Amino acid sequence: MTDASDQHVHHGYELTHLAALEAESVHIIREVAATFERPVLLFSGGKDSVVMFHLARKAFWPAPVPFPLMHVDTGHNFDEVIAYRDRVVEQTGVRLVVSSVQDDIDAGRVVEDTGPGASRNRLQTTALLRGITENRFDAVFGGARRDEEKARAKERVFSFRDEFGAWDPRAQRPELWHLYNGRHHKGEHIRVFPLSNWTELDIWQYIGAEDIDLPPIYYAHEREVVPRDGMLLARTRFLQLHPGEQPHIDTVRFRTVGDATCTGCVLSVADTIDKVIEEIEITRVTERGATRADDRISEAGMEDRKKEGYF
Amino acid sequence: MSKELLRLATAGSVDDGKSTLIGRLLFDSKSIFTDQLESIERTSAERGDEYANLALLTDGLRAEREQGITIDVAYRYFSTPRRKFIIADTPGHVQYTRNMVTGASTADLAMILIDARKGVLEQTRRHAFLSSLLGIPHLTICVNKMDLVDWSQERFDEICDDFVSFAAKLNVTDLTFIPLSALQGDNVVDHSVNMPWYEGRPLLSHLENVYIASDRNLIDARMPVQYVIRPQRGDGADHRAYAGTVAGGVLSRGDEIVVLPSGFSTTITDIWGPGGSEVDAAFASMAVSIELADEIDIVRGDMLARPNNRPYVGRDIDAMVCWFSDDADLRPGNRYQMMCGTRLTRAQVSGLNYRLDINTLHRDEEATALRLNEIARVALHTQQPVMFDSYRRNRETGSFILIDEATNKTVGAGMITAPVSKDSHVVWQTTKVTREQRTHQGATIWLTGLSGSGKSALAVELERRLVAEGRPAYLMDGDNLRHGLNSDLGFSDDDRRENIRRTSEVAALFADSGAVAIVSLISPFAEERQRAREIHAERRIPFFEIFIDTPLELCEERDPKGLYAKARRGEISQFTGIDSPYERPRDPDIVVSPSDGSPTEVAESVFRNLGL
Repeated sequence: MTDASDQHVHHGYELTHLAALEAESVHIIREVAATFERPVLLFSGGKDSVVMFHLARKAFWPAPVPFPLMHVDTGHNFDEVIAYRDRVVEQTGVRLVVSSVQDDIDAGRVVEDTGPGASRNRLQTTALLRGITENRFDAVFGGARRDEEKARAKERVFSFRDEFGAWDPRAQRPELWHLYNGRHHKGEHIRVFPLSNWTELDIWQYIGAEDIDLPPIYYAHEREVVPRDGMLLARTRFLQLHPGEQPHIDTVRFRTVGDATCTGCVLSVADTIDKVIEEIEITRVTERGATRADDRISEAGMEDRKKEGYF
Repeated sequence: MSKELLRLATAGSVDDGKSTLIGRLLFDSKSIFTDQLESIERTSAERGDEYANLALLTDGLRAEREQGITIDVAYRYFSTPRRKFIIADTPGHVQYTRNMVTGASTADLAMILIDARKGVLEQTRRHAFLSSLLGIPHLTICVNKMDLVDWSQERFDEICDDFVSFAAKLNVTDLTFIPLSALQGDNVVDHSVNMPWYEGRPLLSHLENVYIASDRNLIDARMPVQYVIRPQRGDGADHRAYAGTVAGGVLSRGDEIVVLPSGFSTTITDIWGPGGSEVDAAFASMAVSIELADEIDIVRGDMLARPNNRPYVGRDIDAMVCWFSDDADLRPGNRYQMMCGTRLTRAQVSGLNYRLDINTLHRDEEATALRLNEIARVALHTQQPVMFDSYRRNRETGSFILIDEATNKTVGAGMITAPVSKDSHVVWQTTKVTREQRTHQGATIWLTGLSGSGKSALAVELERRLVAEGRPAYLMDGDNLRHGLNSDLGFSDDDRRENIRRTSEVAALFADSGAVAIVSLISPFAEERQRAREIHAERRIPFFEIFIDTPLELCEERDPKGLYAKARRGEISQFTGIDSPYERPRDPDIVVSPSDGSPTEVAESVFRNLGL
């Protein structure tokens, strides 16, 4: 048989690991757009959601991304990140939905912790679920990766959530080949994680290879910081100082971006993407271990929050 | 930075040291971070363990840590300068077979642990069988705890022999044995000084070097259409592209393609990678979007293939199914949603052939239902036609899942065995001559139509033309075959099927030798013609179905052999068109009507259309 494709077959047809990860993510994003009625992409301005949005734009080129973004806004943001978020919306013309924790506090749906250790991180779940219900979203893209945390290492790419938004780790749908079952009843939804198989290093290498713009706080800069619980917290207007705490100025950068009251930074002089990649390649501490106070609550902190509806 | 990606699945019995081995691979490749290590050391100490329990690293759920068992697949990542690895760490427990299947479905390599003291256990056999069933190309058997058998080569050889004799019953192509001690690190990353007799590579080096580039199917071009990209506004408003992930083969700009199931052909004008990057050749696993020369109605669920190399298109599928549901059994007659590639359709279980005991490989043909974690060979009938290949040929186009319509749960996973084949120990003898080395490229042209429709006249003309051009060709006429090859067959349903089967096989042999086999058979049943197509597709031999669409009244008027008259008088029964049906082809390559002209003219146009 003289099928022309036979002649092309040689051993050169191999994707690099970044290209393979990109292809897998694009496949997942297209699958959702094709099979759900109202998908939404969670966007915090953090590097994972930035990469996820970048992949979504590439997946539908030259058409615009066929779903909106949603920011679950704790109100305790880094100013640079909000500025970045608004710039992305303006430049791409994407629709942005904001579901705000402040609205829940004002309406009395949640009660805010007080005191120096107070964080709104846990309150995000209510705002997230409210945003999903109010907008009748049926698929919610999250930028979570399996390498981040041990409960996340167990999660499927298509993660079923019941009408309360809850995850049942013992009753997950088997997920085989590249066949993703997103069928659900009204009121239920699916969380979708296109970056499941990426590691922190993959994300940074991809940002470098694709020249993706990030909020500036990901690169080394001088900032007023407070050491607390083995972490360096940024001094912002949201952070109450404990008695005796002395802020000082240091050269730091962030490895993750979340609620400003519980996201730590690390000492670093890496002010370019290449230097960041070099640093990530040799680090011996995970990004969450280094910078997330909320994961230290208990051995099953993440699992418990996911069961409540956290992403 | 440009590493290869290798996906591996681990399996083994509880306490074979799987977690320790994974922990060591992660630890020695510097993929365990200090905060993770501190966390498991702290938890181990709280639980009163003497050493840091590396299983805590992979057992991420509360229930798993409490019970000390793995319930669900955990995915772990590590990389070396050569490769990035994704480990699907799958549970060993019998009741979680479904999770092993989940983790192993995309694996390039399966790593099965054996405790050197215990040897090959039931669980080892079960996992090896599942790995083989799931078509994992490489199987690596880690004979662990060699320190506890005095690093004995004899013991190692004994276990290898044991396993090999079992694996002979399986479809395992690449089998590697490594003696090691995960606890002490022998032959994990570095060569063991304790086992100088072992001449192979240590595990990590094996994982870095196992050759996987040829595992994907780069021969049969397939792209299930996933999504239609059609901007409604802006500069790209006239853009219309079909997005999807290439599931097999290579597609290039300028290639002729066929859209299935509709059967329309056109040409690829452009291929783009994500974001509009230029792509010259899109190969299996690439996510692309494709623009075509002609405006054809194409929707999600359709498939692009090459005109001379098509997947099966049909509504009857024969498959091995793993059953996942603990609250409902699979039974003949049940209906499910079936997801195959990007196509979602309803499927009914039309038969349960046998249930397989995965421990003994015994086939229970009396079974009437399939329960949780059981595996069976079943027949399915789908509402819409499905495009598929056999799973052995392509894991992407040969797999499907079954979804319960009421609960939406994924209840089954299927691996298509098509075409239906009887098991035997006969193997193909490969010859020294490849198809490309032969002087001519063969093909089979299958003419179907009512008696008297004009098949023979066209067939004779086709044969004459080919031979005149110096091409080897041979006409296989249904009547002639019944004098010789098929003289032992009557006209019962079974005999008719056998008649078609033998003719298909012989035609395929002719075509393989470089001749054009021209088959002229009424072949009234669609299923039989599909089988003929499958026999050719399996061997990648071009097969063209030509439907001679002459109305019954005209055939009866012609009645060249006087058969219609006899049938009308009741002297012949089961005559096609009179008291036995003719199933019109749904998707023939060419349709010929009486108005198309003389046999010579029709033969001319057939030649042109088939590009012969």
